[in-house]
Amino acid sequence: MSTPPASHATLANVAGPIVAVNHTPAAAAVATAAAAGGRGASAPILACYDLHKSFGKTPALRGARFQVQSGEVVAIMGPSGSGKSTLLHCLAGILTPDSGEVHFGGQRVDRLSEAQRSELRRETFGFVYQFGQLVPELTAEENVALPLLLAGKSRAAALAAARPWFGRLALDGLEGRRSSELSGGESQRVALARGLVAQPQVLFADEPTGSLDSLAGELVMDLLVESARRLGTTVVIVTHEPRVAAYADRESTVRDGLVVA
Amino acid sequence: MSVSYAILGLLEQEPNHGYELKRRYDRFFGRERPVAYGQVYSTLSRLARDGRVSEGGSLPGEGPERKLYAITPEGTAAVQRWLMTPEPPEPHLQTVLAVKVILSLLLGRPAEDYLDGQRRSHLERMRELTAARKNALLVDALLMDHAVFHLEADLRWIDLTTARLEQIAKEIQA
Ligand SMILES: Nc1ncnc2c1ncn2[C@@H]1O[C@H](COP(=O)(O)OP(=O)(O)OP(=O)(O)O)[C@@H](O)[C@H]1O
Ligand SMILES: [Mg+2]
Repeated sequence: MSTPPASHATLANVAGPIVAVNHTPAAAAVATAAAAGGRGASAPILACYDLHKSFGKTPALRGARFQVQSGEVVAIMGPSGSGKSTLLHCLAGILTPDSGEVHFGGQRVDRLSEAQRSELRRETFGFVYQFGQLVPELTAEENVALPLLLAGKSRAAALAAARPWFGRLALDGLEGRRSSELSGGESQRVALARGLVAQPQVLFADEPTGSLDSLAGELVMDLLVESARRLGTTVVIVTHEPRVAAYADRESTVRDGLVVA
Repeated sequence: MSVSYAILGLLEQEPNHGYELKRRYDRFFGRERPVAYGQVYSTLSRLARDGRVSEGGSLPGEGPERKLYAITPEGTAAVQRWLMTPEPPEPHLQTVLAVKVILSLLLGRPAEDYLDGQRRSHLERMRELTAARKNALLVDALLMDHAVFHLEADLRWIDLTTARLEQIAKEIQA
């Protein structure tokens, strides 16, 4: 309040040209496009509407609705059996919903053929399963390299890209182990590296820290969020741990097959 | 703070005398720490001064224990506001959170909505702490970690309580 005249003058000098430019139709269109590119205003990169999915007589999803903006890190929480994994599998095109819509970047994932969906999963998505699911016949580094091998990279290039992840996730020296020779927490970190190695546009992670102690969990989440920010990766992470959810930009809760908040 | 709202909430159920209010308070909220008569009466007179309760007719005789207290519309609105407002997420809140849940159930208010709001507040605070500790020195992170783990304990309690609301309501109504 001490020097109002001076600050008003400064504000007018700065605002003047911007306001003037906005009067031209072309500039207005540019401004609108820029605003639409902002996080809040843009269409969601990933969304589902009114998703239903039952396993036999068990309803797992009962009209779930959920949206994620590009580059967002979102946590999905909720009681055991509420439908979190089912929702994640439907969003990632691993499961087909009984009814409802799944949209990714303007296309209907639920209407793709099985071949198209597996291509989408291979080229665009990364997935970290709730129960690790490493290939037991492969070594840890071959497991990490797998998405790149499936995408057609040479063995040497795929392994070279896989190796740095072992240092980042405190797994040095475990490159040649098979999954039966890894601890639960080590397997989980290998699975996470496999999800991230191909730099997917969207990473789906189902309880990626379930077997980790606090320190390893922190390392994994720091790395996950840091690399997501650096590469613009969209991350959807299912977790029952509040400390993990606290790394996300926001959280949603699934209850009885519905996304409630 | 929560003693005064708890007493006010009990008066929303029905007008009552100080003695009966103490009895009901101890039953629902004071199992480990019964409230003193003196505190019940000083709380009631403060509530009366603030227009949240009115002193109704009294039984024949003298003394505060003869007076009948009733909640006013302002009092009802105050209870409603308090029940729906998440507490600032700090460690060692358990008792206030529990009082809000029990009182909501006693009054047929949406305890689940309150718990959802409290969960959001707690997670928001955890998000702030998680962001702040990222660039903090370990000595500073030490205290933040302590706060984070206590908030986590509250959140586990919130989830468990949410899952058990129906059972708790049944016990309270019994
Ligand atoms: N393949 C399946 N066959 C039969 N029922 C299933 C199958 N997968 C899930 N369900 C059922 O669907 C419901 C939702 O399961 P889902 O795995 O999505 O829960 P969740 O929220 O991920 O639980 P958790 O936290 O325990 O992992 C549950 O009742 C479960 O038993
Ligand atoms: Mg699951």
